[in-house]
Amino acid sequence: MTTIENNLFDIRTMDTLASGSTSLHRLDPRAKLITTLIFIGMVVSLGKYEISMMIPFVIYPVAMMVSADLPVLYLLKKILLVSPFAVLIGIFNPLMDTAPLVQIGFLTLSGGWISFFSILIRFVLTVSAALILICLTGFNGVCMALEKLKVPAPFVVQLLFLYRYLFVLIEEASRMIRARSLRSFDSGRMRFKVFVPLLGQLLLRTLDRAQRIHLAMCCRGFDGHVRISRPMTFGYKETGFILFWSLFFILARCYNLPVHIGNLVAKGF
Amino acid sequence: MSHHIVKADNLYYTYPDGTMGINGISFTITHGESVALVGANGAGKSTLLLHLNGCLTSTKGEIRIGDDPLTPKTLKAARRSLGMVFQDPDDQLFMPTVFDDVAFGPMNLGLPEQEVEERVARALETVGASHLKHRPPHKLSGGEKRAVAIATILAVSPDILVMDEPTSNLDPLSRKRLIRLLQSFEHTKIIATHDLDMALDVCERTIVLHKGTITADGPTLDIFNNEDLLLKSGLEKPLRMQKYNPIPLNKKKVHDHDHDHDHHHH
Amino acid sequence: MHMADALISPAVGGSLWVAAAGLIGYCSKKVRQDLDDRKIPLMGVIGAFIFAAQMINFTIPATGSSGHLGGGMILTILLGPHAAFLTMASVLTVQALFFADGGLLALGCNIFNLGFFPCFICYPLIYKAIVKDNPSSGSIMTGAVLSAILGLQMGAFSVVLETFFSGISALPFAAFVTLMLPIHLAIGLVEGFTTAAVVMFVWKSRPEIMMASHGTGHSMGKVLAGFAVAAVVVGGALSWFASSHPDGLEWAMFRTSGSEELAVPEKGIHSSLAVIQEKTAFLPGYGFKTAEPPAGEEPAEAWPAVNPGTSVSGLVGGLLTLCLAVLIGFVIKRRKASRT
Repeated sequence: MTTIENNLFDIRTMDTLASGSTSLHRLDPRAKLITTLIFIGMVVSLGKYEISMMIPFVIYPVAMMVSADLPVLYLLKKILLVSPFAVLIGIFNPLMDTAPLVQIGFLTLSGGWISFFSILIRFVLTVSAALILICLTGFNGVCMALEKLKVPAPFVVQLLFLYRYLFVLIEEASRMIRARSLRSFDSGRMRFKVFVPLLGQLLLRTLDRAQRIHLAMCCRGFDGHVRISRPMTFGYKETGFILFWSLFFILARCYNLPVHIGNLVAKGF
Repeated sequence: MSHHIVKADNLYYTYPDGTMGINGISFTITHGESVALVGANGAGKSTLLLHLNGCLTSTKGEIRIGDDPLTPKTLKAARRSLGMVFQDPDDQLFMPTVFDDVAFGPMNLGLPEQEVEERVARALETVGASHLKHRPPHKLSGGEKRAVAIATILAVSPDILVMDEPTSNLDPLSRKRLIRLLQSFEHTKIIATHDLDMALDVCERTIVLHKGTITADGPTLDIFNNEDLLLKSGLEKPLRMQKYNPIPLNKKKVHDHDHDHDHHHH
Repeated sequence: MHMADALISPAVGGSLWVAAAGLIGYCSKKVRQDLDDRKIPLMGVIGAFIFAAQMINFTIPATGSSGHLGGGMILTILLGPHAAFLTMASVLTVQALFFADGGLLALGCNIFNLGFFPCFICYPLIYKAIVKDNPSSGSIMTGAVLSAILGLQMGAFSVVLETFFSGISALPFAAFVTLMLPIHLAIGLVEGFTTAAVVMFVWKSRPEIMMASHGTGHSMGKVLAGFAVAAVVVGGALSWFASSHPDGLEWAMFRTSGSEELAVPEKGIHSSLAVIQEKTAFLPGYGFKTAEPPAGEEPAEAWPAVNPGTSVSGLVGGLLTLCLAVLIGFVIKRRKASRT
């Protein structure tokens, strides 16, 4: 499969995961969105040399993935796929920051290495939170939550339309690419000379489609307003969910839990 | 009663690039009629349909929906009585879920929420798609999309249903289901189609278009029996009316293949 | 060129989000006022087009490396600044959620970096100025190339600033700039050519696309005002952050005394301009004294980690917590399995 087909398959997979029926899936999307944002905020607010304090935060994505039957390997693979960027920028840390910071037995780690690992863990945590949000809520769900949270309607409508026609356009594009590649006997990489007409054709078709959609909208009485509001219930489960996790995040953020646990264990011996 | 009359009077339309689209078309379609609009590609079927709901404006002549001629002022009311189902259902299903799409029309009419829900439920049930209510359109099959697209129009309770190639891209079972559905509708129906067998099943009257003009307008069976007329208009008889006469394979090529095959063995 | 959550501090991420959210609100208002309701489906479908187009790689002639279209300029040419900004923001949002491109906190930065410059600076000030009312192959090409290059340069520079002021990455400012800017010069060149080529291809069949955005008159004053607002927001946040507040990186919400919470933003607003001046004075020399305070703060935080006792506890505790997390995972799984 080509890149574009892989991407489409990927989006469809995550879209399907979102239509699961576990109790987590059924929670109001606002609860999941807010909790995810608090999670990311807390993780990101940790200092650059923090590693042990980040570890308790792993519990959230793990708990979510397992409770909602999400495919762990699949998500891990996705995270790994995007990690090169973080690694690329982060790798400068050990190179630049060479002052030793931590000594564990005979092993001396410089500040740079500590902050590099911190970046990696930070990356895994924040990225997994975003992916889990989509797998639990679905894109439409997130948009509905945004609408209820007073995000301007034109932007939410735009998100919804974009998502709706993503599939149509990616399929159209992949058909055109496949047709081209079957007729070209070169290395398989598209030359610029071919790319421009291909993209131009796609754009022309897109403009035509926009016109037809607009016609269809007018034929059904479109007056300039797309009404997308939907009744949503925010009950005790949702409040409980947000409170529980927020308290945990705040606790993990303020107190170095692993150090305390480690001390307890040390005292025990 | 006259609400349901669709009348075209000496219609002419030229495309922006100068080519002739509609070259003098006149017809009257009365309440409850089912009319098939047939013709070769480029005959002007889709162009004519787009005139009926005001998407295109003729360069000469007029269209009447009910009592009133179609003008920018009467457009909105006309679109309430005349609902059009487009060829590509993806153009018609643009909301996040099926429910939203079917509710789009009634909501734009300003109907109260309760009534909107009732209309959506009824429309979906008519097309047999109630179970798809909360599904996003990109997860529907071709046949399901077609059905839901029809439901989006039914929800505004039009008197006249206009459809552009409704059976295209449908698998045989979906097609059959659609034909039965169309047969059950009491609306006035105007259906542009290549599927002449479906036209036989659904429409008692047929208008044949050729190069922007009407070459025939009458009972469907009579027209489909007139081979000369059909051929002149770039068409042929519906499959079920053709004598069993399979297109023969090229015998010479078959023989050569066998010859080579034998040769290879020795 | 996308920012990542892992490299951002909440102060920088938060303030860029404020800027991005403000722009989204502003553009939403403008789009709502636009009488042309054809824009609504157009934005959606063209957004999908850009999304799909970004997945198509082509080989850049004479280099052999592959590139793909960014789309900021094409969007603005087809839709006008406000609709284009919303569209770009929506594409980036989908990418952040589905492809983990950057993350949700960095999304604000990305929306600003990739949306603000092409839509509100390059298009009105460069592209429209060159193309004016009679587009031609030459003017489209020049306009597109210049806009793309400058837009990407400004975007890339923003990424550097954002990363630098977040203080998570240890990459020095000078090195980062020398890394990012030349690369994005090349990318900008390719982007400009591609944009121009595609626009010209479509323009031949649909001349009216060049007319799409002519309705939205954009006065120079408004643009500069917008830029100034963004600069103040960013500058204010940065000065708060770089102030000699003992816990520069900590969130205000963890401060126990209300007075400190109030004092800090005020200080930021008052001294923001002064601080910006201070910083810009240092820029040419690349001698970053201002780099020190954030980094200087760090050892104060990190010192506890140097204490061998705490570091061993930290390690042991960390491992235990990880085991705990996995254990919790198994327990939940078991309970679910036994229930079904």
